[in-house]
Amino acid sequence: MAEMQVEDKGKKGKKPKQKKHTTRVDLTPMVDLGFLLITFFMLTTSMLKPQTMEISVPSKDKVEEDEQNKVKASQAITVLLGKENKLYYYFGTEENGVDPELIQTDYSSEGIRKMLVSKNVEVMNKVNQLKLDKAAKKVSEEDYKNKLSEYRASKGAPTIMIKAADDSNYKNLVDILDEMNICNIARYAIVDITPYDLGLIDKKFPPAK
Amino acid sequence: MPKVKVPRKSTTVDMTAMCDVAFLLLTFFMLTSNFVAKEPIVVAIPSSVSEIKIPERDIITVLIDRDGKVFFGLDAQQVRKDVLENVGKAYSIEFTDKELNEYSKISSSGVPIEKMKAFLALSTEARDSKDAAIGIPADSLNNQFKVWIKTARQVGGPKMRLAIKSDSNTPYKVIKSVMTTLQDINENRYNLITSLKEVSTN
Repeated sequence: MAEMQVEDKGKKGKKPKQKKHTTRVDLTPMVDLGFLLITFFMLTTSMLKPQTMEISVPSKDKVEEDEQNKVKASQAITVLLGKENKLYYYFGTEENGVDPELIQTDYSSEGIRKMLVSKNVEVMNKVNQLKLDKAAKKVSEEDYKNKLSEYRASKGAPTIMIKAADDSNYKNLVDILDEMNICNIARYAIVDITPYDLGLIDKKFPPAK
Repeated sequence: MPKVKVPRKSTTVDMTAMCDVAFLLLTFFMLTSNFVAKEPIVVAIPSSVSEIKIPERDIITVLIDRDGKVFFGLDAQQVRKDVLENVGKAYSIEFTDKELNEYSKISSSGVPIEKMKAFLALSTEARDSKDAAIGIPADSLNNQFKVWIKTARQVGGPKMRLAIKSDSNTPYKVIKSVMTTLQDINENRYNLITSLKEVSTN
């Protein structure tokens, strides 16, 4: 814009010369437009696609229910999600009227994860080895997936019953499912909390009055 | 002392390079972006280490806010129309073509079906307001949410995936009732939408 005007002015009073236009065009407005559009796109778009966590719950069929009850007491860990981000767990079930020992923990890596990992050492070691192998390109992608699910489903792995109280929140649930993922536990179930479990919590950790 | 001649430089800068950069960025943004779907409520989603991406198409989104209000969303316009028509039929409410068209523009809605006609008659701004976000009844007495999901499944076929997007602070009670509803109609696989969190496995 500016350059062309300068040229026009210079011609006054001079010998009529052949008009010599520069081929340069001022690009400032175009840049303005470009950045305006960039701003628009930056503000209206979502760059990060959210992640998802896939879960499948058993259908309401009776068969599944029977299977659930067959969970071996020695391998079962019951995790209770309480209110105010509290977390409790106990091993096994009630036996001969003796309550299992309820232990309070938290969602940190030192809390529940430590316990789960220690219960699942065998699988964790295998999976870690597998991951190393994969990083070194010793196993193919497909083998990796097959083996991973095979290891996770192996016999020694614990079974987790996740019981969330009504006053726990969604984040707690996602967190605990996440821990299952981190600790390579494939056998877990989300089960309704029972009055018995609530009673256990109240007995061991009575609410402050 | 000789006079130092200050060369007169023009103040114009060559904009070509800058223009190139601007348009390069523009192209990048245009190609990589997908638009933010407008949601009736703001939810703060929890984070997880899961790295599975959500599929782009054929998703039924179930939004749950912290007060337990449930919203229902679909991604394809045609599916939205068909679903609304069929849900209307289930409650013997007839929607006009205009209303169906209006509905197909809304990415996610949460209005009881009786109020849907009034909702669609509102202006776009009024629809976005807080008062319009009532939530779909999802209790055992009047479970319209169930009908919505069922209809969406019928219309969309088995390829539709269910995604639950809920606020971190939603009480588990609400989540449980939604999960039970889904279980009732044999929807046993679904995705929970989370954001990515870095974690050390050691």
